[in-house]
Amino acid sequence: MNSQNLPKIVGFLCTWCSYTGADLAGTARMKIPAAIRVIRVMCSGRIDPLFVLKAYLRGADGVMMMGCHPGDCHYQKGNYNTRRRFVMLQNILDTLGLEKERISLWWISASEAPRYAQATNEFTEKISKMGPNLLHDEIFL
Amino acid sequence: MSKALKINKGIEEGIIDFLEFLIQGGKIRGVFTLKKMNENGAVAYSLITSLDELKKAVPFYPFMPVNAGKVLSSFTLRAATEEPVAAVLRPCELRAFIELAKRVQGSLDNILLISLTCGGVYPLRSLKNGDLKNHLSSYWETVKKAEIDPETRPTCQSCEDFIPQLADMTVATAGMKDIDKECVILLNTLKGEEHAANAPGNIITEKVENGNIEKLQKLREEKKKKLFEDFDSNHAHPKDFIKTFAACVGCHACSHSCPICYCTLCDFDSKTCEYQPQSFTSELGQKSGLKVPPGNIFFHLGRMNHMAVSCVRCGMCSDVCPVNIQVATVFSRVGDSLQKVFNYIPGRDVEEPVPSGTYKEEEFTEFGEQ
Repeated sequence: MNSQNLPKIVGFLCTWCSYTGADLAGTARMKIPAAIRVIRVMCSGRIDPLFVLKAYLRGADGVMMMGCHPGDCHYQKGNYNTRRRFVMLQNILDTLGLEKERISLWWISASEAPRYAQATNEFTEKISKMGPNLLHDEIFL
Repeated sequence: MSKALKINKGIEEGIIDFLEFLIQGGKIRGVFTLKKMNENGAVAYSLITSLDELKKAVPFYPFMPVNAGKVLSSFTLRAATEEPVAAVLRPCELRAFIELAKRVQGSLDNILLISLTCGGVYPLRSLKNGDLKNHLSSYWETVKKAEIDPETRPTCQSCEDFIPQLADMTVATAGMKDIDKECVILLNTLKGEEHAANAPGNIITEKVENGNIEKLQKLREEKKKKLFEDFDSNHAHPKDFIKTFAACVGCHACSHSCPICYCTLCDFDSKTCEYQPQSFTSELGQKSGLKVPPGNIFFHLGRMNHMAVSCVRCGMCSDVCPVNIQVATVFSRVGDSLQKVFNYIPGRDVEEPVPSGTYKEEEFTEFGEQ
């Protein structure tokens, strides 16, 4: 895959689990696709659905929300809220005919470096198959 | 079956008589209801304490200048009313008020809630040139026959929640043949029964179902189904949604008129969503052009995320839209689908938490684990 058709994926990673997991994947020299741009947040509960919408509307081909496994949240319940918000967001996009597959939610713990590598690779592949975000060239947003 | 108060007058006169009785007996201090503002058919929600003013009240006028839930919340925001007040409002307005009370934006205490089996309201535009006045007689005819008035708001025509759930009293209108001669007020709660004690008229037993109501419910359900099916078939492609809002001028009137959008400073009116000069440049670096002012689609999608799960389908947003976008159809469609996910009905119960503000540990467990 060359840089021409490499999708743009925005990842929101919780600092305690997923970001640490991603860090570990890097230390272990696992192959992570260059498509993903990581934004570190203090908790997946900090991922305002508006962040995700903004990324999508501005032309990101995919958005990944990542956090600790349910029950493992550093702040006890942040990721439960994330999960509801994700379900709501996907439902809204689906109802309106927008591509809900472009947003995804992953639980990745601090030790799950291989899972991080697998998640990013799988999602990048899926998004590559879907093709570019149709809203990328849309100027009325 | 519940107790009901039957007054031998037309519903419009009957309810005024009853409210007069409540004020005279000191059971309530005032009434919150629609009042005539001029002879051309203009009405406004008013707080009325004097009997003279009460004569100008038109509680069942088929018009919603503003969602009453929003107004009720504004004067019960800090605390419940000190003196008891009766409020006459439509089922969707009542639901909106309950949704606001859940969000600590109002208090139901000390308010006697009077609602009706609703035949719908006319769009705001119908007030122009006194058009609405000419429709009134045909409106009441369709209500009597439990049919759908094609001139009412599209949300009203497809509304199946026209029987109020939490009202203390329900005035039966839909499908009641004799509303010109008799006013039947169903007493749903103990509070309602207490207020109706010794009122002029007879206490009878009556139920909200009258055969015609079920017919109307069916008609409306079909209409809603059709409306949603049309919506779905018109929104299959990602760009369809953008076309729907293509004419949007970004005035945010839909949000300002929405009873659920209670935030004093909306996220989308705040600095957070303001475009800085450099944001234009950076976005133009990514795209071949940019609509200015930007952010309309973001606004609608974002607002949906914030309130659609509590959408009471009052239709205010469509009515206030200066460019005639059917905002309410979009929001009610999304709201309906969200409410199904969480098995939530806005305004069903004051104690029920709003889905976006709560969670359960054992739900949606399939997400995130792929």
